[in-house]
Amino acid sequence: MLIRTWWCALTSPSDDGGALRTEEFELNMGPQHPSTHGVLRMVLKMDGERVVDCDPVVGYLHRSIEKMAENRTFTQVIPVTDRLDYCTSMTSNYVYVLAVEKLADLTPPPRAEYIRVIMTELNRIASHLLWYGTFCLEIGATTPFLYSFRDREKVLDLFESACGARLLYNYIRIGGVGQDINQKFLDRMIEFLDYWEPIIPEYEALLDENPIFYNRTVGVGTVPLEMCRSYGVSGPNVRAAGVAEDVRRDDPFAVYKDLEFEIPTEKESDVFARYRVRMRELRESAKILRQCYEKIPSGPYGLPLNYRFKVPEGETYVHIESPRGDIGCFLASSGGDKPWRCKFRTPSFVHIQLFKKLLEGVLIPDIMAICASFDIVLPETDR
Amino acid sequence: MDLIKKIPAYVERIPNGGILMTGLDWVLNNAKASSMWYMLFGLACCAIELMATGASRYDFDRLGMIFRATPRQTDLMIVAGTLTLKMAPRVKLLYEQMPDPKYVIAMGGCTMHGGPFYHDSYSVLKGVDKIIPVDIHVAGCPPRPEALMNGCIALQDLIRGEKVGRKRDRPGLRHIDPATNLPLLVRPDTGLIRPNQIIMPDQLRVLS
Amino acid sequence: MTPQEFAKHLGANYPDHQFEIDPLNENCVLIPLQLVPQCFELLRDDDATQMDYFDFSTCVDHPPDRLDLVYSMYSTVYKHRIQLKVVLDRQNPCVPTVSHLWVNANWNEREMYDLFGVFFPGHKDLRRLMMPDDWEGHPLRKDYAHPNLVVRPD
Repeated sequence: MLIRTWWCALTSPSDDGGALRTEEFELNMGPQHPSTHGVLRMVLKMDGERVVDCDPVVGYLHRSIEKMAENRTFTQVIPVTDRLDYCTSMTSNYVYVLAVEKLADLTPPPRAEYIRVIMTELNRIASHLLWYGTFCLEIGATTPFLYSFRDREKVLDLFESACGARLLYNYIRIGGVGQDINQKFLDRMIEFLDYWEPIIPEYEALLDENPIFYNRTVGVGTVPLEMCRSYGVSGPNVRAAGVAEDVRRDDPFAVYKDLEFEIPTEKESDVFARYRVRMRELRESAKILRQCYEKIPSGPYGLPLNYRFKVPEGETYVHIESPRGDIGCFLASSGGDKPWRCKFRTPSFVHIQLFKKLLEGVLIPDIMAICASFDIVLPETDR
Repeated sequence: MDLIKKIPAYVERIPNGGILMTGLDWVLNNAKASSMWYMLFGLACCAIELMATGASRYDFDRLGMIFRATPRQTDLMIVAGTLTLKMAPRVKLLYEQMPDPKYVIAMGGCTMHGGPFYHDSYSVLKGVDKIIPVDIHVAGCPPRPEALMNGCIALQDLIRGEKVGRKRDRPGLRHIDPATNLPLLVRPDTGLIRPNQIIMPDQLRVLS
Repeated sequence: MTPQEFAKHLGANYPDHQFEIDPLNENCVLIPLQLVPQCFELLRDDDATQMDYFDFSTCVDHPPDRLDLVYSMYSTVYKHRIQLKVVLDRQNPCVPTVSHLWVNANWNEREMYDLFGVFFPGHKDLRRLMMPDDWEGHPLRKDYAHPNLVVRPD
């Protein structure tokens, strides 16, 4: 804290004592940088330790997913959406499948709806644990990374038993899901929750009482609510600004209207608040999963569909809540068996734009903390 | 003493100890193979599996693999994920910044031939061995951590079989120009890319 | 507000123009090109609509002559969402920017400039977003061809 105050006094623009004035210079950060969560590049204009201007450059992972979707049948697009956001493949599967179902006017059976909710919530846990690990790694703490990955592996084991894959699942299909889940899976899920829920305070104990963590996060990267609105910030990042906004409640899809859960909010909207919101969301996900265990009905898990089925001509937009925020899919069909246009509205694309404004005047070490706290994922941005 | 039996060495016993005699190759290659430091360098989905391999359950450190954040301190580059044309010059630059001896593991389908992005993708480089030489390919989309560790063990075996002081016989780039024996990135009619040359995106656009 | 009410509301403010529901999308209103961006400004600032949250904007290519530009926006006050569509000329697509109304539109428009070749007069920073700066062509157009693009056999 002392060093920080010293630097602030030394390099602040209002300091006209002339003790140490620095000239502006440009600093290139990325695309290969251990702290930028992938291949984000930031061209920073620096005045000493302080950022004057930041220009985020994306596109280093632009894999033309939207072009590929145009030359595949509706079913064949699902594995491509896996790669859209690899931390939560289920969610990106889900939003695409929902768009196709809305356009083709299909209603999945209730058991499939519950399985989808179970999978998305489990994936939210896996994604938040991944975020927790990497966020701490970037702030400089290595131990939480090992804690979170230990438990994330247990969630991945559950996925593996359901669909055979660890990371990219291709599980949520049009009209239902890939395979049914059995009672053993559900029991293992509850077993995992019983083991894992008491561990969440352990995660928090590693950071909450830590004075270094406090200094690095409290009051850093504050986003006022008006700024959130004009940029279109969504998900945990806007909830950290004190707004209880959640697509699961505002625009309920699947069976979320039958489930009870809270929307955690914080007021400060700084890095620490975003961390708190995500930790509390973990508990809400566990709560949803326990309700699904009680309520899941028996019955078919999918609709019998022709492989090359046709979707009537039209356009639609659906959106759901991903662990990062409001993810949407705009789908246009020309009446054939392939999408005419498939556009994904992704939360990270929105959040990276914010950095230009947000990083003005912060210190270099705070860039990592701020970037990590937004939970950006680059393939989702670049598509 | 079981370990000693495995070493191709001659042990001469003298009072209060012994002298161990072995080949220089064996000592140097084992030193190289058992402390491979890899570059912390994630591109796409495979990077998450690379992180999982380094974390609690799979524990990459067992193989002597420790990540370093800068290319100057690394022996091994694990290309984890899809390489796009915009990113390709940077990866080549990173490879050239690594000190010799250096090794490359191409992880996942995307790095072999484009993987799921082979068809219909205009921006993905279809195979990293078009720009940097690759020693080991690990298949999968993404490969499981076990598969990646198997690839690393295979690489260690490869290193143990090397001869010190002799030029390494490595697979090299996929396209070698027979006339000049230089690696080819683009078709002969559109120009050559030589080793140690930084490629600009406009040159990459005419991939064969 | 339903899309019909939106069309009615816009019709009351701009009596000289026709506002119809898009036949392809029941939640979408067709907007004449000459009403961009003042129509958007009205939707954002009017007390009855208050569309303060810009979802996304994108293009749908319809060769040989049409290029649709779709905007989607949402009101965090009234919780209603609407898509607006502007039909452009595919040969020379040009539409005034809305990036001064919602900051979020900035990168969306850069992306459309990059991938569809739509020109946005008034945009402060119109550069390519995804592709390298010296890339030629607009990849998401239907007739785009490139040596690196291998078309998937059916």
